[in-house]
Amino acid sequence: MEKQSLKGWLYLLPAMIFLGVFMVYPLVDVFIYSLEEGFNFVTQTSYGVGLYNYSYVLHNSYFIQAVKNTFLLVIITVPISTGLALLISLGLNSIQKLRDLYQTVFFLPYVTNTLAIGMVFMILFKSTPYSDGMVNMLLNAVGLQSIDFIDGPYWAKMFVLCFYTVWVVLPFKILILTSSLASVNQDYYNAARVDGTGSLRIFTRITLPMISPSLFYLVITGFIGAFKAYSDVVALFGTNLNAAGMNTIVGYVYDMLYSDSGGYPSYASAAALILFVIVLTITCINMLVRKKLVYI
Amino acid sequence: MKVVLKNLTKKFPNRNKKVGGEIIAVNNFNFEIPDGKLIGLLGPSGCGKSTALNLISGLLKPTSGQIFFGDADVTELPPENRGVGLVFQNYALYPHMTVRQNILFPLENLKGDKKLSKEVMEQKMLEAARLVQIDMLLERKPKEMSGGQQQRVAIARALVKRPDVLLLDEPLSNLDARLRLQTREEIRRIQKETGITTIFVTHDQEEAMSISDMIVVMEKGIVRQIGKPQEVYDSPVSLFVAKFLGTPPINVFEGRVKDGYLYLDDQKVLAVKGTKDGDVWVGIRPEGFTLDENGPMICHMNGVEVMGRDVSVVSTHKACVSPVIRSIISAESKVDPASENVRFALKPSKVFLFDKNSEERMEFTL
Ligand SMILES: Nc1ncnc2c1ncn2[C@@H]1O[C@H](COP(=O)(O)OP(=O)(O)OP(=O)(O)O)[C@@H](O)[C@H]1O
Ligand SMILES: [Mg+2]
Repeated sequence: MEKQSLKGWLYLLPAMIFLGVFMVYPLVDVFIYSLEEGFNFVTQTSYGVGLYNYSYVLHNSYFIQAVKNTFLLVIITVPISTGLALLISLGLNSIQKLRDLYQTVFFLPYVTNTLAIGMVFMILFKSTPYSDGMVNMLLNAVGLQSIDFIDGPYWAKMFVLCFYTVWVVLPFKILILTSSLASVNQDYYNAARVDGTGSLRIFTRITLPMISPSLFYLVITGFIGAFKAYSDVVALFGTNLNAAGMNTIVGYVYDMLYSDSGGYPSYASAAALILFVIVLTITCINMLVRKKLVYI
Repeated sequence: MKVVLKNLTKKFPNRNKKVGGEIIAVNNFNFEIPDGKLIGLLGPSGCGKSTALNLISGLLKPTSGQIFFGDADVTELPPENRGVGLVFQNYALYPHMTVRQNILFPLENLKGDKKLSKEVMEQKMLEAARLVQIDMLLERKPKEMSGGQQQRVAIARALVKRPDVLLLDEPLSNLDARLRLQTREEIRRIQKETGITTIFVTHDQEEAMSISDMIVVMEKGIVRQIGKPQEVYDSPVSLFVAKFLGTPPINVFEGRVKDGYLYLDDQKVLAVKGTKDGDVWVGIRPEGFTLDENGPMICHMNGVEVMGRDVSVVSTHKACVSPVIRSIISAESKVDPASENVRFALKPSKVFLFDKNSEERMEFTL
């Protein structure tokens, strides 16, 4: 027995070393950075140890804006994208003809580069001196005023960001849900039909519980993904996110690390750890809710 | 409720493009299932049993033909309006619901003036659960139960609405041998108690023979024979039916009829009058052999298997198409496994002749 488990650990060793060096050590390091006050990157020295970095970050208006943006993004896009993906998957599942074609079409955004999609969104939404962008042309056509979605009011920018995020995450969710729907044993539906179950009741009492594990997986990964949003925002609004008021928490961390003055790794670390705690908390809550709702 | 099938046919398009055409899963079914009987739909895998059952339940629409429940034509009715209970091969119990919820589910579907109060539903659910003796497991989920228990829940769920017709699709195939025996008696008991017309699909002939009032033997979508189990066993209409029924299976020989006598190889084994001369298939049931020192049939002795009450003599014969001949004789009779040959006399009622080409039964007299 002893020997067996020793052997097991030995097999795990390479993975453990990699995880230790590239995951655990940086995490610990970030934690230490976040506690060192007045850290100087050049001399690698600090004045002392304390919670000042956290206090600074939590009172920084850019950080507060970033947290607000991130939470809005999460709260809006996760339910919408999951719900929309469910609707589309149900549709895909119920058609026979051209199903593969539609599936491919819906999956295309997933294999397309984020920045490329961002460019397309810019063209759709941005108003330049030469054109107002496709969306504004449509708005004008129905008699509405042009809106500057990229440099305009906050809600317009938030709308574009959410639209974009939903668009980007949709394919993966559709993929997961269509396969999850297809894997529900047809006999359950036959049994329900023989018993005279209405289609709404079939959906709520059979389909939903059966795919609930996948749905929950999507909600959890959706939360985590949206909390870590960054590249999408850059693709839409450029790198000067604080000025645009559209920064996210990850964006804030990034800016803090690589700002012009050489960077503030201590603040960045503190912000990163705050994000870590937020994501951890939300995921734990998710897991607890999952126990109640998911049947497996 | 009696069930009548008239010219019932179901064709599926053949997916194999090279072959093309259609698969006729159910070919022109014409028979009547009397009210309150249990009938066994029997045939090898892929012969169309499930398709036939699904046609009766309404889950599949027939290509042509009609289905009557009593005097009413139900061919166009959707499954929920037919009053059928269906038990699936894999039970199809909803895994996220408890036994109670599973059995209640069909009742909760009732709408309009058929809607039941909570108390009545509860009472009906308990009644069904008691009938199949699972009333102490109501709060369990399906995966927390044995196969036999799940199967009973499935029956309870199918019975709770008091269907006119109960359909069971190979309900015992997931159970071990002991449980199968027990559960099939259970099904028989429940059917007798409720008096519901029941169609029971199986590919296990022993199962069908033991509990059915009537069996329907199918092959490749065609009904080969219908009748009481013993009748079908005692007078199969074709070589297929003869081979399909009975354990150990019937022994098949290549024989020849000449001048009113049946020859196996060169041995003149039986007088068969009223048949034309020529080559025939010969089927002899294992219990059709008697040990006889002067018997006309001489086989090469392979060994003796004792099976409790009976003894099975395993031997070979030149004319035999099966790998070995199995003959069952009572344990009292003396047989020496070490001897080179064993001699048999044949019981004429256990010997069947079949046409060499059509494989249909040929009657003969002694
Ligand atoms: N939906 C379908 N499409 C095409 N062919 C089908 C379909 N369902 C069944 N078949 C074909 O019809 C024939 C009968 O199938 P069926 O399922 O009724 O067999 P079965 O007797 O129930 O077999 P088993 O004992 O293996 O369950 C088979 O050849 C099968 O391939
Ligand atoms: Mg079947």
